[in-house]
Amino acid sequence: MSEPTQFRMPRGGSPTGPPAPAPPEEDAGPPRLAADAIVDLEDEFRGSKVFEVLEQLDRELVGLAPVKTRIREVASLLLVDRLRRGFGLDSERPTLHMCFTGSPGTGKTTVAVRMAEVLHRLGYLAKGHLVAVTRDDLVGQYIGHTAPKTREVLKRAMGGVLFIDEAYYLYRAENERDYGQEAIEILLQVMENQRDDIVVILAGYKDRMDTFFRSNPGMSSRVAHHIDFPDYTPGELLAIATLMLEQMQYRLSPQADATLRDYIERRRAQPNFANARSVRNALDRARLRQASRLLGGGGGMVSRDDLITIEAADIRASRVFSQTEGGSTP
Amino acid sequence: MYVTQGTFSYLPALTDEQIKAQVQYCIDHGWAVSVEYTDDPHPRNFLWDMWGLPMFEMRDPAAILLEVTRCREANPEKYVRVNAYDSTLGRQTTALSFIVERPEHEPGFRLERQESHDRQLRYTLHAYSADRPAGDRYRP
Repeated sequence: MSEPTQFRMPRGGSPTGPPAPAPPEEDAGPPRLAADAIVDLEDEFRGSKVFEVLEQLDRELVGLAPVKTRIREVASLLLVDRLRRGFGLDSERPTLHMCFTGSPGTGKTTVAVRMAEVLHRLGYLAKGHLVAVTRDDLVGQYIGHTAPKTREVLKRAMGGVLFIDEAYYLYRAENERDYGQEAIEILLQVMENQRDDIVVILAGYKDRMDTFFRSNPGMSSRVAHHIDFPDYTPGELLAIATLMLEQMQYRLSPQADATLRDYIERRRAQPNFANARSVRNALDRARLRQASRLLGGGGGMVSRDDLITIEAADIRASRVFSQTEGGSTP
Repeated sequence: MYVTQGTFSYLPALTDEQIKAQVQYCIDHGWAVSVEYTDDPHPRNFLWDMWGLPMFEMRDPAAILLEVTRCREANPEKYVRVNAYDSTLGRQTTALSFIVERPEHEPGFRLERQESHDRQLRYTLHAYSADRPAGDRYRP
């Protein structure tokens, strides 16, 4: 304790503690450019690896043209901003909080994951992971419970994207003492102050999100991008089904293809239709029936072909075909 | 007197960026990072007050820095440190601990001599700041 503070000896030998911190890295920005330099935008675009993510988005997500256009726009803006920074031009970090609206099963979560990836590659997010939460994860059950809970979730999402599904449940207009309001306030505070560390994406049905924003003008003004996810057309749903089957290493027999088309048409007309999610469930059930058909078919030999082919009967057995209009399926 | 406790205490105070880099090192190793504060600078006082729970599952150091900032604001003129606990079997101990905030003016310690039996002398340290009640120790 008698060691004078002015006298600091450099410690010799190899350090036993963690290595000294690396100099804080610049935000993956391009090197400083001369004022008269010319940059190949195309090159820069491909070089930033954002291109790959966008390509992947195009390839793996069927339809959703307006969403893809919007994401491309956001990516371009961020890329141009990065170049501007390279020239030493002023480029304030844009607000990146977003709102995804659309029916269930239209790919909001999937797009959010990709968005996180895009932002990460562009250097706007340190980690690029996605934390998906709902009201239950943010709002506490008793007084004083909400703030730590919300803050905990926010901290977990730092460096990535916080995806709040069905965000309108946070605000309950009918109960002014609802703790949801507290969660919203903390959310707003962090969305404003920690803009560099976190991107919040709110998701839900269009009409209810609109009501939510109307009653929370503070939230509305902090969300820069409102992206609406359209419902899929039957053709797109069929393409999605084919893509899913491909990933699961199944294929449809020609008759099954027609039956699935028919199925989608019928299912769409029924209530609780959740776009791609319904299609996935239908396929899962078809696989189930295929398996029991194979087992129930007197045993014996099966070929690889049998194992990967889904027949029309597997889909035809669905309740959708046996029910009259207006019934619901599980 | 500049209190030197924990890692990096002979270095100039770490900047926020440097704290982030250190915390990133902890996160990369899977250590649970926590924030603690105290106003008793005695070197044997190792049980500081916890600022919230240790933070598990954090991916980004910004989250820890957020708590550090909140702790600093709530406890001006106190010591704040960041601990990283390594829970792997066989280690199960604090792996890294460093001070990130300290009072503006640290009065230091006085040496106390206690007359013991047979003219023996016992020596002990007494922080000048501990003369004042807790919570009031580093007021100007």
